[in-house]
Amino acid sequence: MRSRSLFSLLVVACLAALVLTACGGSSKKKSSATSSGNAGGTLMTVAKGAPSGSPDPQINYTLQEWQLLVITHDGLVGFKRASGTEGTKLVPDLATSVPKPTDGGKTYTFTLRKGIKFSDGKELKASDVKYTFERLFKIGSSPNAGTWYNVIVGGDACVKSPKTCNLNQGVVVDDAKGTVTFHLTKGDPEFLDKLAVPFAFILPTGTPNKEVQIPPPGTGPYKFVEYNPNKEIKLVRNTNFKEWSKDAQPNGNPDVIIQKFGLSAEAEVTQVENGQADWMFDNPPSDRLSEISTKHADQVHVNPLTAVWYFAFNVRIPPFNNLKARQGVNFATDRNALVKIYGGPNLAVPTCQILPPNFPGYKPYCPYTKNPGSGKWTAPDMAKAKQLIAASGTKGASVKVNTDTVETDKALGLYFVGLLNQLGYKATLQALSPDIQYPYCQNSKNQVQFCWSSWYQDYPAASDFLNILLGCGSFIPNSNASPNIAEFCNKPIQAQMDQALQQGITDPTGANTKWQAVDKAVTDQAPWVSLFNPKYIDFLSTRVKGYQFSPQWYFLLAQASVK
Amino acid sequence: MAVFEPEAEGIVFDAEETGGDIVGRSPWALAGRRLVRNKLALAALALFVLIVAVSFAAPLYSNYVADTDPFASNISGTVTLNGKTEPVLQQGGGKLGLGETPIGPTWHSKYFLGADNQGRDVAARVLYGGRASLEIGIGSALLASAIALVFALVAGFFGGWTDAIISRVMDLIWAFPLYLLAISLATVLLTAPNGLKIGFIHLSAGSLWVPLLIIGLVYVPYIYRPIRGQVLSLREKEFVEAGIAQGASNFRLIFNEVLPNVASTVIVLMPLMIATTILTESALSYLSIGVQPPQASWGTIIEDGQSLLYTRPWVAIAPGIMIVLTVLALNVLGDGLRDALDPRSKVRVKG
Repeated sequence: MRSRSLFSLLVVACLAALVLTACGGSSKKKSSATSSGNAGGTLMTVAKGAPSGSPDPQINYTLQEWQLLVITHDGLVGFKRASGTEGTKLVPDLATSVPKPTDGGKTYTFTLRKGIKFSDGKELKASDVKYTFERLFKIGSSPNAGTWYNVIVGGDACVKSPKTCNLNQGVVVDDAKGTVTFHLTKGDPEFLDKLAVPFAFILPTGTPNKEVQIPPPGTGPYKFVEYNPNKEIKLVRNTNFKEWSKDAQPNGNPDVIIQKFGLSAEAEVTQVENGQADWMFDNPPSDRLSEISTKHADQVHVNPLTAVWYFAFNVRIPPFNNLKARQGVNFATDRNALVKIYGGPNLAVPTCQILPPNFPGYKPYCPYTKNPGSGKWTAPDMAKAKQLIAASGTKGASVKVNTDTVETDKALGLYFVGLLNQLGYKATLQALSPDIQYPYCQNSKNQVQFCWSSWYQDYPAASDFLNILLGCGSFIPNSNASPNIAEFCNKPIQAQMDQALQQGITDPTGANTKWQAVDKAVTDQAPWVSLFNPKYIDFLSTRVKGYQFSPQWYFLLAQASVK
Repeated sequence: MAVFEPEAEGIVFDAEETGGDIVGRSPWALAGRRLVRNKLALAALALFVLIVAVSFAAPLYSNYVADTDPFASNISGTVTLNGKTEPVLQQGGGKLGLGETPIGPTWHSKYFLGADNQGRDVAARVLYGGRASLEIGIGSALLASAIALVFALVAGFFGGWTDAIISRVMDLIWAFPLYLLAISLATVLLTAPNGLKIGFIHLSAGSLWVPLLIIGLVYVPYIYRPIRGQVLSLREKEFVEAGIAQGASNFRLIFNEVLPNVASTVIVLMPLMIATTILTESALSYLSIGVQPPQASWGTIIEDGQSLLYTRPWVAIAPGIMIVLTVLALNVLGDGLRDALDPRSKVRVKG
């Protein structure tokens, strides 16, 4: 449910985590090397800027910080630290097992592992879990508290009155037995996924119930010792960490992981080429790709992402409140050209639908192509596009194409300005700063007609794309936090989504078949022009070994070896 | 009734240039003669005229020479060179084949300076960009001069509260850092959902009038100040007092007596102002708050080229060279005009 910037942040966080794990053998207490490399050394990473937003782990919603948080903190459950589809599996982390829900999907009971300590030396207790979830509401600015965790009994009241939040009924703990029982107001098939992301990572009792400027102690193999948004983030080994599960939280290789800020992407490439940095968080700029591809191919890793780039039509205002107009633009879009803008066919794959490949509920479907039927996009169909747009009666309408000023995104916007003008509209580009573009598009007051955005999975569930981006409940009028940019709300499709969500509690496989149908139905309504599914480039220095890519956390920083 | 004041009117009796005969020449004729003798200024004028002519011939170049639409993307397009068809955007090489690089300068009629990352002809865009930059530069300089002249004449002539109020407003505008003021205005205008509406005037965010108005307005105080000072001084001159004594109206005094005497200052300032406004327009467009895509200006093309500096530097270098040549020509021409119109230079001619 996050846009690319969030995704990017998550990637950085993963990187940091990998670095931390890779550095995981301090001089004070030498940890054993992981199975994938040698312990020791400093993993030096670079990024243009610090993770945007607050450093607080229960507020920050960026890939850049999440990549670090996953090696400093743990949830009750976690995504397996592995490549490929293995990396999407939930495994027990601080808990001894992944529980089956009871009471119609409304109760989850966990038993904590024994002997786990926070980096400040305090032992993990069941009451820390309750404290963590109450803090999630009490700090008042956690972005998903009111949408993901309000399903916990007492959660809605906590959203209304954060300062007096009390989850005595919703999170029942027993320190002596080490048990934690969550009581939900209704079944939530994705509750376990939501426990595996950093918002729900367990913090020690006593952590201030206000935004903190450096992540508080956690249970992972590393800990934050510096968080200076103008300079760098530094992680060192957590000497209280003892590996309890290689799947959930393996020990790291580097002793220290540093992420320095303030370089341009061009300078980042040069630093990695020269060995001054080991990894760059940002994607290499387009005019350096050919050079990297030619001279440093062995240092580059390209991985497909469960993500989609798209332009959202505003389906409530002219001209795209007209289905034929939306479908016409979809037919006219040359997705190969857009793939070229992103970096070429080896970096992105054209798509017409909402769900990305290799995702629960995905089945290839592309009606907006010449010769449809194979499910794959092959070429634009201009004749059909012009016919549909003529029939829509929207020709001549003014359209503002909204993007941010990042080079690639602006280039995509420019492409659509040209295309829409060719189709008979009067299109102009509105390129806004990346800091404001996404909230600007989300706010219905701004009446954005056609907006660029991208979405990277939070966790592997179809609803993370379909319900969050195109569900009726995700459109919040006049709000900067309304992820349904298209303002799309189709009652029959929403009913299908609700059924799939309900079925997912007991029958995830059957639910995914329902999500397939939802994906198809939404694609037919064309609330977006889906462009392509991107791939991610990791550019590493020659000394980095043991590269691993998780579909959830991307480059696993702590698993890299620099010695 | 205008009073004949040889000094004030700038008419001089030039014996040297007429072989000993005393002949009255208008100051404009003398200035013209001085300008013609300044070869450097004439060369600068010729260069500026050439740049203007070439820029305004952009449609002819794109239609009949390059055969391209410089505002439409041509990402999937191809071009035939020496009988060989090549993609306009070429896939990166190496083992991984990452990236897409626009075709470089072909030195042929098509893609003479290569393509940008939208597959558009850079040479055609540089010419179109010049047209927009010059239109905005000249337009905003004229606008700023016109507004400044009117306010300076009124403030300087009437003095008192009129002068105090107008001058403080100008001071207020001057007090803002120029680029911050321009950026603030541009940001507001460009993000307004329905553009700018003032009465019956409606400007869309993409209109060239938006940067023209913004730049024109922020430079008003820079011209107002020197002209007002001159008007204040002229107001006390004998020929103006004589006009008052003879019952001439204020309007007549301002337009017949004062205005002709400040016109040369405006003319001297004009090329320098155009150079300055072209630079400002380029800076704002480079920051994405001037000319809006798909329109092009030299600033927007430099911005496009910034992301291609490693592989296709000509995309940024070509408009950069055009800006340098234009500003250089205008500055040299401005110096020449100042030499030609500066009253002190009369002494030299007389001597």
